Amino acid sequence: MKVLLSWLREFAPIEGDPHWLADQLSALGLAVEGVELLGANLEGIVVARVLATRPHPKADRIQLVDVDPGDGEPLQVCCGAFNMAPGDLVPFATLGTTMPNGMLIERRKLRGEWSNGMLCAAREVGLADLVDGILILPADFEVGADFRTAMGIETDVLFDLDVTGNRPDALSIAGVARDLAAWLGVPFAMPDPVVESDASWPAAGEATVDIVHGDLCGRFVARVLRDITVGPSPRWLANRLTALGMRPINNVVDVSNYVMLELGQPSHTFDLGRVAGRRIRVRWARDGETVATLDGQQRSLTGRDGAICDGEDAVIGIAGVMGGASTEISDTTTEILLEMAWWDPMSIARTARRLGLRSEAATRFERGSDPEVIGVAMRRFVQLLRESTPVRMAAGDIVGEGNLPTPAMVTVRTDRVNAMLGVDLERDAIAVLLAPIGFTSRAVGEDLEVQVPSFRMVDTSTEIDVIEEVGRHFGFERIPKRVPRPTAQAGALSEVQQDRRRLRHALVGFGLTEVMPLPFLAPGDLARAGLDADAVRVTNPLVEAESVMRTSLLPGVLKTLAFNASHRNPDLSCFEIGHVFLPTDRSASLPDEREQLGVALSGAEAPAATEVWQVVADVLGLGEWVLQADAPAGMHPTRSARIVLGGRVVGAVGEVDPRVASGYSVERRVAWLQVDLTALLALPHGIRAYRRVSRYPSSDVDLAFVVAENVPAAAVSSALRTAGGDLLVDLHLFDVYRGDRVEPGSRSLAYRLRFQAADRTLTDAEVSAVRLGCIGAVIGGLGAVLRG
Amino acid sequence: MTTELDAVERARVEALAKVATAATFEELATVETEVLGKRSMIVELRKALGGLDAEGRRSVGQAVNTAMTEVGDAVAARRVAIESVDRAARLETERLDLSEFSPRRRRGHLHPFTAAWERLEDVFVGMGFQVAEGPEIETEWFNFGALNFPAGHPARESQDSLWVDWGDPGATLLRTHTSPVQVRTMLAHEPPIYVVCPGRVYRQDTPDATHMPVFHQIEGLVIDKGISLGDLAGTLDSFVKAFFGGAFSSRLRPSYFPFTEPSAEFDVRRPDGSWLELGGCGMVHPNVLRAGGIDPEQWSGFAFGFGIDRFALTRHGVDDLREFWSGDVRFLSQF
Repeated sequence: MKVLLSWLREFAPIEGDPHWLADQLSALGLAVEGVELLGANLEGIVVARVLATRPHPKADRIQLVDVDPGDGEPLQVCCGAFNMAPGDLVPFATLGTTMPNGMLIERRKLRGEWSNGMLCAAREVGLADLVDGILILPADFEVGADFRTAMGIETDVLFDLDVTGNRPDALSIAGVARDLAAWLGVPFAMPDPVVESDASWPAAGEATVDIVHGDLCGRFVARVLRDITVGPSPRWLANRLTALGMRPINNVVDVSNYVMLELGQPSHTFDLGRVAGRRIRVRWARDGETVATLDGQQRSLTGRDGAICDGEDAVIGIAGVMGGASTEISDTTTEILLEMAWWDPMSIARTARRLGLRSEAATRFERGSDPEVIGVAMRRFVQLLRESTPVRMAAGDIVGEGNLPTPAMVTVRTDRVNAMLGVDLERDAIAVLLAPIGFTSRAVGEDLEVQVPSFRMVDTSTEIDVIEEVGRHFGFERIPKRVPRPTAQAGALSEVQQDRRRLRHALVGFGLTEVMPLPFLAPGDLARAGLDADAVRVTNPLVEAESVMRTSLLPGVLKTLAFNASHRNPDLSCFEIGHVFLPTDRSASLPDEREQLGVALSGAEAPAATEVWQVVADVLGLGEWVLQADAPAGMHPTRSARIVLGGRVVGAVGEVDPRVASGYSVERRVAWLQVDLTALLALPHGIRAYRRVSRYPSSDVDLAFVVAENVPAAAVSSALRTAGGDLLVDLHLFDVYRGDRVEPGSRSLAYRLRFQAADRTLTDAEVSAVRLGCIGAVIGGLGAVLRG
Repeated sequence: MTTELDAVERARVEALAKVATAATFEELATVETEVLGKRSMIVELRKALGGLDAEGRRSVGQAVNTAMTEVGDAVAARRVAIESVDRAARLETERLDLSEFSPRRRRGHLHPFTAAWERLEDVFVGMGFQVAEGPEIETEWFNFGALNFPAGHPARESQDSLWVDWGDPGATLLRTHTSPVQVRTMLAHEPPIYVVCPGRVYRQDTPDATHMPVFHQIEGLVIDKGISLGDLAGTLDSFVKAFFGGAFSSRLRPSYFPFTEPSAEFDVRRPDGSWLELGGCGMVHPNVLRAGGIDPEQWSGFAFGFGIDRFALTRHGVDDLREFWSGDVRFLSQF
């Protein structure tokens, strides 16, 4: 909503520096998005007389114009417009003038001819463009006079306000003026124009209005007007509309817009002669009813749209949203039915949205217009229209009444106001803050009974709504600041949040870069990754390629690898921690949403991923975990394992299936680790029980076994651990050998075992016995052979 | 006697000369045996002391001792000298040009959004808050209904939200803010509540330099006895000073959100006097408290929220949000 300072001043004596006023508006919640000083940059523009016009010898699109700028000395100007004739008065920007748009007027040559200034179009001097070409001034202006003085242009200030959804009143000049006047402590007055109507011509006989559905229309007021000449608006009115961003059309449309901007009440005009039966019926439309609207479109309605119908029950307008073409004002119109109504906000919002017609009028109706301003707005309409055309008005309103809501009466407790705002106001001080914005109060004991004004009835109906108004007008900035402190909790991250951080930072320290691919996938991305295509889908995606919610981090990370590979960075070690969405049980209220860790090492083989897993396990302090050879979907069939912790599968490690990688244009091997953090972090972990460091010497023993390929190293380690018991304090697989020196189908696994007792030095006999026990366990239990 | 003294002097000079010529530990060992060993001239001279008179024993004995000490010291000094030369030679063979080497393992990089997220969490944790989280796909009730969005509210029905095919049409969506976590927290915990809810949220925004359909925000919720708008203003001011620095301050401007009343925008005032619009806030609406199972007559509270990603953007001077989502290692490795 744009407002002009001069217009606000018609309601209240508002004074002050424009930027200070902008701060005051913002402090009221009317956020100022821009302040523009109008008419301030017109120095140097004078009224000049056109003396002669001549063709430019070398150009068709410009002509030469001789003007008298007031000193009688003709000046030649090159001009691109042709709408002026000798004798016309025009605005003339003299040499050295800086135009409002910043352009400096200098003497220059255009295709060989000198131009000594510029003739101005209306828009170039900040006025409404009513005709194309140069602005032709009234003939009685004095040649040489200052343009601003001659035009009566005063400097003005335009504020561009961002009006929030709870402030229907601020969608009008009057409403903004009321709020600002209250804040500044100056009086606000709503003018009530007096307009003559034709006492001998009662409106009642001219037309009838029936509200068929009162839940659609709370009030419908009509006036009958005659003898209207449709033509241009007065310049001042057109200028104001232009300043507020509306294009002047003709006097009738312009007055309608002007009254809407000034008082917040939209209106509509029907060509009464074309309204069948001179009768208006307001009702809900029927599904499939159609109407041709003013914009030339054929609109189809539903039972939830409001319709304005004629005496034959044909739809002639969409309530509150757009009028119909059949009753539009035209050159042959002699009688007008002027309508102002109060519509059910929800129905207007619905229809405007469904039809994509978010007009200024619809916006005001859907926020909640003021049913009590209709009378003033009617009189203002006629008063303004009579500035451009004599218009006769029939005596009396034609009124249809529906179910108009009543503004609430709210009990406002003084204690509650102070408790919510953190202030210490007396009951009567609260009433004083509320009165100037139309909220009248009556003291009831310590508290107030507050009557909400009609222009706030849609958004204000409860105590807290009124408290907000008290707060606004007390001033948020004046409220003393306090800092509450929790007394029963320490500020802290949860265990899971701390683990997640530890993990992230450990992975970064280990050389992995955190990536964040978009969580949306394209249809087909999951299948291409070898994963089940069943997923949660976005029903209104921006683009089809972002319509599937990921069930795994793998596709997104593979896309990241492919992107970097295509930019000559094929070796990337990265990780992501993020949510995946599993459609596990469609009868559940929400998808199974889990936090996953995905680690990809491009150009590396599976062992590199197990190394990262060991870092993860160590950082999180996991208990006993095992790798079970198995390939989850999307992973390398012979180079992957599931990670099992406490009997639960919590992830998988290995490599990406080469076919999957290749499907994502990743041509290198990709070591891959995926961990279900939601499952993992719910299991007991991070308990690091102290084990006394032995002060006695240890003995190291190296053992190498030739083990069949189908026996996992994990089984050997496990057998060694069991056999070594408490004396085995460290076990490390330090070499794996395959080749000529071992039997085909097997490999050599070399372990270093460290034996140590907590309470004594182990004897050679003890070490020897435990060593033999270990060897026996692996040979006997797993069919391995001890390597010499 | 003079003869013996001359002999000691000759032996001393000779010994010192030999020590001085020893170039290696081996040569020095040989020389040491030669000049100080049992068969050495000096030791022989000492053995012969018994044949001298008392005066001769005293003066020659003294000369012998002096010579032996001097030669012994010379041997020790020579050993140190040889050691030093030897070490220098050995070190020379170990010389490395460290500029020849590049690290085999480079550190990784935390995503700038994560860094900003953690900094914000840390400040609020320091102010006594805990951190709450919730799902990114939410029911319509948690995202809108419980938050006092009226049935026909534009945000609810419009295309601003991304809806998913879960349950009835219009039942489930990608959360448009982290406020559902506030409701979940209220339902799960008795007041007092002091939490912040950082998280990923979704809107139907076409990606450009300043918009993404996915972004991160952090919201705060305080519910306690006697919480007022003044507590909100003070808490935000305290946050602003802790996060941006003591020279920054804040203000509240009245605004409108369905889930708070009174509602406000909060702005940060930079030391140069300019203002930065940071986010929205307000007193939790009584209807929202009720939806969270909290009696608005007993408890009151405030909530606030703002975007996280913008901090990463301005902190590093990045001019396009899309960079953060590109996965481009040339971008990510700068942080």
